[in-house]
Amino acid sequence: MIVELGHFALALALALAFAQSVIPFIGARLNDVALMRVARPSAITQFLLVALSYSALTYAHIVSDFSVVNVIENSHSMKPFIYKISGVWGNHEGSMLLWVLVLAFCGALVALFSATMSDKLRADALSVQGLISAAFLLFILLTSNPFARLSPAPWEGRDLNPILQDPGLAIHPPLLYFGYVGFSIVFSFAAAALISGRIDAAWARVVRPWTLLAWIALTLGIAMGSYWAYYTLGWGGFWFWDPVENASLMPWLAGTALLHSAAVMEKREALKIWTLFLSILAFSLSLLGTFLVRSGVLTSVHSFASDPERGVFILAILIFFIGGALALFAIRAGALPVGGLFAPISREGALVINNLLLSVICATVVVGTLYPLALEAMTGEKISVGAPFFNGVLMPIALPLALLMPIGQMLPWKRGDLSAALMRLQAAFLIGVMALAVFFASYGAPYLSVITASIAIYLIVGGLSDLFQRITFRLNDQRAILKRLSNVPLSAIGASIAHAGVGVTLLGLAATGWGVESVIAMAPLKAYDVGPYQLMIEEITPRQGPNYSEIYAQMSIHKQGVMLGRIEPAKRFYQTRKMARSEAGILTIGLGQIYAAIGESHPDGTLDARLYYKPLVTLIWIGALIMALGGACSLADRRLRIGVARRSIALRGREAAT
Amino acid sequence: MTRKSKRLTLIVGALAALGVAAGLILFALRDNIVFFYTPSELAKKNLAPGMRLRIGGLVKQGSVVKNGAQNVVFTITDKTADLAVSYTGILPDLFREAQGVVADGVMLQDGTFKADSVLAKHDEKYMPRDVADALKKQGVWQGEKK
Repeated sequence: MIVELGHFALALALALAFAQSVIPFIGARLNDVALMRVARPSAITQFLLVALSYSALTYAHIVSDFSVVNVIENSHSMKPFIYKISGVWGNHEGSMLLWVLVLAFCGALVALFSATMSDKLRADALSVQGLISAAFLLFILLTSNPFARLSPAPWEGRDLNPILQDPGLAIHPPLLYFGYVGFSIVFSFAAAALISGRIDAAWARVVRPWTLLAWIALTLGIAMGSYWAYYTLGWGGFWFWDPVENASLMPWLAGTALLHSAAVMEKREALKIWTLFLSILAFSLSLLGTFLVRSGVLTSVHSFASDPERGVFILAILIFFIGGALALFAIRAGALPVGGLFAPISREGALVINNLLLSVICATVVVGTLYPLALEAMTGEKISVGAPFFNGVLMPIALPLALLMPIGQMLPWKRGDLSAALMRLQAAFLIGVMALAVFFASYGAPYLSVITASIAIYLIVGGLSDLFQRITFRLNDQRAILKRLSNVPLSAIGASIAHAGVGVTLLGLAATGWGVESVIAMAPLKAYDVGPYQLMIEEITPRQGPNYSEIYAQMSIHKQGVMLGRIEPAKRFYQTRKMARSEAGILTIGLGQIYAAIGESHPDGTLDARLYYKPLVTLIWIGALIMALGGACSLADRRLRIGVARRSIALRGREAAT
Repeated sequence: MTRKSKRLTLIVGALAALGVAAGLILFALRDNIVFFYTPSELAKKNLAPGMRLRIGGLVKQGSVVKNGAQNVVFTITDKTADLAVSYTGILPDLFREAQGVVADGVMLQDGTFKADSVLAKHDEKYMPRDVADALKKQGVWQGEKK
């Protein structure tokens, strides 16, 4: 009954989404306020309906209702409780439902935090948002019904894919989806601006907090996914340039560019059309990512099923929204008021270069991801484009970008003085060169790591220099520091922190070149060298888990005779799916990690093992956390807070009216 | 600078950046793409040894031989042609005989394949799409039971 209720709620949400996309839009054209105001309650109700539907599916999973196909295929009565909840989105149907839930949630957020926005902008934006919801709800109901029943019901389910039975599943997809789908809000506002033909700095103030919110979620989601892949796949890698990973990186790059260009638009009324274009692009790339992952064009851990019908449907949605938005853009962009001008050496100029480089990086990732698909479609030739391609192309673009980042921060708006900016970065340059010498002396090779790590150090120091100099400039009173700090706009603090975060991640990436890997057959009670540490298997024992059995090796880690800790890499076997999975053993020492994964055991008592020493590896994810913190700092800025911008628009509107 | 010349500078800058990127992409594509073949396609191609390739197919029943701790020799087959593969390292959790597999590596002078990474299918339902397509092409695909 509850399951049918969920199904029904979903159908109702679809009908409402259609109404939401049509009625306010007509209202906006006829200047009928009553029709326009249908948008808010319908967006909120639509969210409640989808939430109800989602809860119904979660309920079916929790009580292990094996008459529901989705539960049979992805659950098991013995499955740990947390995976019964997170397992709801660990399959195609459920994850699409989560996608739509987040989409409806975003729509509801817009509806709730737009009390003072102009009726017309809200009506247009929510009607576009409703149209996106309608398309995806239709997709779920027609091709991916999560509520399908099976009769007679089996006694037991087939369990969730063991690779997904991990706390990472509870965090990674919701964050990632909030990032992906968060850009839909920006997309809807861009479409609304294009429809009404009105775009100004106030529009940028409306859009920027939503962009920041989506960007923060996407940053955390990508970092989380990367760490999950790192500890769960047993390869010691954290990024594989897998098309599915690229699918999340593309909107992130476009979103990062958008954050920066929206700043220019807000401050200087320039780059308007470009900002609109990026707003469309960020969500288009999210849709492209969804298509790549969900259509079965690719196969990977992430694509749960391949069904051509679904692929065609998503492709149609993709073409409709991206094509429609771009067509609207092509028709309307020319008629929009042209933005202001600026000198090349200025904050705006630097942000243009930033956008240029980020777009090029984004385009490269798109080409590298789609080229193999296109080539196969046209010639039948199958190729794979992997890490060597991406590293080869992206490093020569990303490193100059890293070099330019602190310089851009030092340049003032309107007109800047390059030599003055460079003077202010003296300390950063000096420390960067010293770092180069130190890294070269202590590691020597590989050169790329040495160079990248020094640039990273420069970027950390340079990113924070601006903030440091602002609060200590001609300082004669210690107490003044706090006062000064409170006077620096939070968005500037956020920028400094986020840039330093990029530096921290870059340092972690550079240090991968100094890691040690060894694949050996380990005999018990014998110490093996891994970098500066020694690893020893103390015992190999079987153990029983809730829905798996495992063999784990207890290893101790020593340095010069001192024991630093123990790890328990394991090989698990999941009975229901007859599937094995490795569980890596990881010990964090300082900022580095010792990583061990075990393979088969041999008759002579030895055990195959992959052992890694990864110096500074945690910085990769710590850097992402710092970036997100910087974003949160910016978001907390009073001028950018969601809703505030609207009040100012409303005020402006009222002023214009009087 | 006038509005026009500024716009021109911007356009020229953007084109230059795109040009450099396109150059880098083409250069990297030439050196870094890896072609995927099945054993029978490979037999027709007559490629020079030393080229990086990905080979996909099934692990031939009874062909897996382990020499010492981590040296493995096995045969990848698409039921039309076979290819002997040698590999040193830990095989993936799901590597089994008569199951789909993809090997990355280089052809050696003696016509065998030296793999430096071996990927197995993810679960009993999933087969690398490359392998599935290759098997369909060879007409030995059993299809998904659904």
